[in-house]
Amino acid sequence: MTAILKREIRAYFDSLIGYIFLTAFFAGSGVLFSVSSLQYGSTDMSGMYSGLFYILLVLIPILTMRTLSEEKRQKTDQLLLTAPISLSALVLGKFFAALIIYGIGVCMTVVYAVVASFFGVVSWLTVLGNAVGLMLLGAAYIAVGIMVSSLTENQVIAAIGGFAAMLVLFLIGSIAQIIPVDWIASIFTELSFSSRYAPFTYGVFDFSNVLFFISAAIIFLFLTIRILERRRWS
Amino acid sequence: MIEVKNLVKSYGDKLAVAGISFKAQDGEILGFLGPNGAGKSTTMNILTGYLSSTSGEAYINGHDILEDPIAAKKEIGYLPEFPPLYLDMTVKEYLYFVYELRGCTLPRNTHLKEICELVKIDNVYDRRINNLSKGYKQRVGLAQALVGNPNVLILDEPTVGLDPKQIIEIRTLIKKLGKNHTVILSSHILSEVQAVCDRIVVINQGKIVADDTADNLSRELTADHKLIARIDGPKDEVIKLVQTIPGVVSVVADLQRERGVWEYNIEAIEGTDIRRELNRRLMSRNWYILGLRSSELSLEDIFLKLTMGESVTEFLADKADDLEERYKEEGDNS
Repeated sequence: MTAILKREIRAYFDSLIGYIFLTAFFAGSGVLFSVSSLQYGSTDMSGMYSGLFYILLVLIPILTMRTLSEEKRQKTDQLLLTAPISLSALVLGKFFAALIIYGIGVCMTVVYAVVASFFGVVSWLTVLGNAVGLMLLGAAYIAVGIMVSSLTENQVIAAIGGFAAMLVLFLIGSIAQIIPVDWIASIFTELSFSSRYAPFTYGVFDFSNVLFFISAAIIFLFLTIRILERRRWS
Repeated sequence: MIEVKNLVKSYGDKLAVAGISFKAQDGEILGFLGPNGAGKSTTMNILTGYLSSTSGEAYINGHDILEDPIAAKKEIGYLPEFPPLYLDMTVKEYLYFVYELRGCTLPRNTHLKEICELVKIDNVYDRRINNLSKGYKQRVGLAQALVGNPNVLILDEPTVGLDPKQIIEIRTLIKKLGKNHTVILSSHILSEVQAVCDRIVVINQGKIVADDTADNLSRELTADHKLIARIDGPKDEVIKLVQTIPGVVSVVADLQRERGVWEYNIEAIEGTDIRRELNRRLMSRNWYILGLRSSELSLEDIFLKLTMGESVTEFLADKADDLEERYKEEGDNS
């Protein structure tokens, strides 16, 4: 797994995707930070964290689009799948590499808080809770993106597909409101990524939400492994 | 050792591999010969665990590739049809990655250095793979298969895209490797497998049509009915004369080799030996044969011969009867 992890991180910076992702992430979070906190002279960063939710919808697919689709297209998957490693090691290596790049971005939001702390009192627990929430949300989204990437050889389709999948997970809460059947509506509400993420930005650290995102990540990674497995049989 | 039992792979309705069984012993170089789409690559992909078989079993040194894939894969070095290279890496970075990926324990730098010297890529060690020529890329692919010194090497068309000098080098290398590895290599070129392999398995449409030593197979497949003759005599008349020999299907003057001496490709019906008759007739006209050899069977001929079996003989016998009748008629007319 470490071999894959190292190579992936290298590849992010060899192929510019890492730089593009981080630049966009820093720019997005920076704009949100100045608009929602600096302008009001406030150290409350919840505005930035809730705004980042929408930025991730666009950015995460860029991070994950080439993970498995590019291997398939370049036929390097033949090297990986015939190497003496398990499929889960392969998928986890890719997942953690993307998560580390993403984590660099999330760390930057904490740097903003450090900067803000020079000018006022920062509620560190809230900021850390927010950062952890953002990390967990990203982990789940990355797993979704990797799964979509395993379905196609085309990076662009992987990116758009990933965006679409994340959009559905985001909108599922709004869809729930117009569904007349109560029990379906409540299932949809429970599954909504945005309503699970929102409490973090209010400063509420609910372990059920933590568990939700971790489970979502595990489920989508598991599906990715099954998709790769299935491809050998078709 | 590689053992394959009744391997079947189907893509939907299409059978890509239809019940293949064979064994490759330690230290043996086994050649897979077959036209494109015969199932060579599919079989190799199953052996290496890239694809799963629909049914049947494959064992690599006793490890079932489906039941115990990691142990089996540890034993295999695989060069697929398209070398699986990360183009944005240098050769060094790539081989380091493969070394780690395969979980090697050999001393890294000396081991990789040995491999690079063996496949002669040490002079491009620090260059980006993207900038290498096709031949070098192929060799980096081969180097990758050798990392970790696996017992079994599976090479899918290893000489494709190389120039003649490189082909000879790679063949020599494979022969050398064959002494202490089990090697399976595929090719659609008969002379290549003949040159390198101890044993040849011929595959067509997913089935094994022949499995024999290279010598036996080529003996069986020599073509006495296709001759290349160098004849001293006037070209057009020689052609006319040779055409009248019973059994001759076609005569083509190929090239003028010496003044007045042409080389002719003479094809007769399979199973007929026209050499004596050719000699006799030419002698009667005072023309001379300066050289006579049988041409090698082309791959198409081999497949025709191996796959159609009896029906080919029947088909050709019919053709011979037709010809004889025609000659008779011509004889009656004159």
